Amino acid sequence: MEIVLSIGIGLFAASGVWLMLRPRTFQVALGLSLLSYSVNLFIFAMGRLTVGAPPVLGKGAEVVSVDDPVPQALVLTALVISFALTALFLVVLLAARGVTGNDHVDGREPHEAEPHPGNPHP
Amino acid sequence: MTAGSLNNETLGTWADHLVILPIVLPIAVAGVMFLLDERRRRLKEGLATATVLVQLATAIALFVRVGTAAEVYRLGNWAAPYGIVLVADRLSAMMLVLASLLGLAALVFSFARWSRAGPRFHGLFLLLLMGVNGAFLTGDLFNLFVFFEVMLAASYGLVLHGSGETRIRTGLGYIAVNLVASLFFLVGVSLIYGTMGTLNMADLARRLAAPSAETTLFEIGCAVLGIAFLIKCSAWPLGFWLPTTYAAATAPAAAILAILSKVGVYVVVRLSLLLFGAGSSEGFGQTWILAAGLATIAYGTVGIMAARELTRAAGYAVMISSGTVLAALGTGREGTLSGALYYLVGSTFAAGALFLLAEILQRGRDPADAAQPVFADEYRDPFDDAGATEIGRAMPAAVAIVSGGFLLCTLMLAGIPPLAGFVGKLAMFSGLASGTMTAASWGLIAALTLSSLGTLVPLVRLGIFSLWVPHDDPPPRLRSPEFAALAGLLAACVALVLWGGPALAYAEETVRWLAQPQDYIRAVLDGATGAGS
Repeated sequence: MEIVLSIGIGLFAASGVWLMLRPRTFQVALGLSLLSYSVNLFIFAMGRLTVGAPPVLGKGAEVVSVDDPVPQALVLTALVISFALTALFLVVLLAARGVTGNDHVDGREPHEAEPHPGNPHP
Repeated sequence: MTAGSLNNETLGTWADHLVILPIVLPIAVAGVMFLLDERRRRLKEGLATATVLVQLATAIALFVRVGTAAEVYRLGNWAAPYGIVLVADRLSAMMLVLASLLGLAALVFSFARWSRAGPRFHGLFLLLLMGVNGAFLTGDLFNLFVFFEVMLAASYGLVLHGSGETRIRTGLGYIAVNLVASLFFLVGVSLIYGTMGTLNMADLARRLAAPSAETTLFEIGCAVLGIAFLIKCSAWPLGFWLPTTYAAATAPAAAILAILSKVGVYVVVRLSLLLFGAGSSEGFGQTWILAAGLATIAYGTVGIMAARELTRAAGYAVMISSGTVLAALGTGREGTLSGALYYLVGSTFAAGALFLLAEILQRGRDPADAAQPVFADEYRDPFDDAGATEIGRAMPAAVAIVSGGFLLCTLMLAGIPPLAGFVGKLAMFSGLASGTMTAASWGLIAALTLSSLGTLVPLVRLGIFSLWVPHDDPPPRLRSPEFAALAGLLAACVALVLWGGPALAYAEETVRWLAQPQDYIRAVLDGATGAGS
């Protein structure tokens, strides 16, 4: 289980980094999402991997292994925040597409000497 | 038993709840702000000013109260490593006062013009303050993350405030950089939790006293966490985003963003002295922080010399000030660090004032200045009612006031006598000279001296260009809120040197308190006097 999870996290992180370094804004947005998935899984793994272990114990419960509930709480918070900020990033991405007229992260294509003077779109 | 006495027993006195007020009040008022229509501008301005004033009063009250102890607030009265704690000590109180004063000035400045350049300015502004206050007060790493995110989310809105192509383009980069920084933050926090089993800062420090089998992994976690904070401090080579972003932001937003990089500096100072002062990871990262600080000073100095606009120069000045505190922390000398804390307060005020001045001087010259709509449905021309609602009138002495303010800012940032920048640098030098002089000490002295010169030359050049060279456009007009904000910031700079003795003594006492973290740890973990509810 450990090896599968680590390969999964590694794949997510590697694709995320690659996409984030791409020149198109949408690729950057996808890269950031993939990176945040890998980080969220990583937080889970930091609570140690268990199967079928309860995170919260009732009174007098007899268990051999317990799951750590703290990383799960952390992941929940991190998920909500990264989801909201990805949504914000998408809005800014669309606004940038609107004002610059292209989807390059610099706001202009590399072969163009000057940025667009205004909004070429209707 | 009356209800009143019951309340007194269970809830404690009013004063016990002061610590949480700088967090609860701005977020509550910000919620109200988002419900109010944009046209009720006067009401919003009044509410925001009142909130920041109450926050300032709270910060000053805490500043007076904490003394040489830490005030610990347990939320829900849960004991420390399990529950969430807020801790106000000397350093937090000092930073709270700094943030409140700078926030007040930036807010008042925005009333003249910029708060109308887009929707929801006041709400975002208060949310930003709430995040900053929370970051200064929190006692555990995960809440630090949450407050960082609140602060950053609000700052995204403020960077984009006023819209326009430049702001959207730089905003996109700013958001991407900070999202990556947040991911570093999460990786660091989870590694620390995975190895130490706690995220409470005091508990971490106590557990570090005993040697642990997982020290290496813990230190990797701290290093990853450190990268996140150094991105926020804009330390070289992680800070290339800062000058561009701050130059693109509107003036009041840029002025309040100047405190954001200081939040990063605050966390690095706090965690280094708390976790790595003694114990199994003693001195961890110190060389790296020194090197990063020196490189940041060097890069900022070169950048400010190359700056062609005042806003960019102010951005590099923010970088230099962050780098100075980092390098001073890296030398590990108490005297140097206390000088640097004093310098941090003064230089933050001066950098904030410089952003405001730059806007007054560059107004009308820069076409990117004008606001452009993003969402047509909520857009009203922000300045259409400027003539009708203008508060006060253009002052005949505006040029003199702006020039005088510019002079003060230049002297402060360059560290020329008689202002606080010089006193701070001198205190750092004397702190270095009090011990044995190493290569690092000489390096820092050289860097600070050269950065003084490197700041003075371009600021004088930009000052001559904007104030003395004849232009076609009319002389700068100064509205009363703008004058009040500028005067307040500059008065704070001057006050810092007039009461330089007590201020430096406070900084020294603060560093002494930080260097002895046992009292902090005991107050958080063993404190019997539960001041929570």
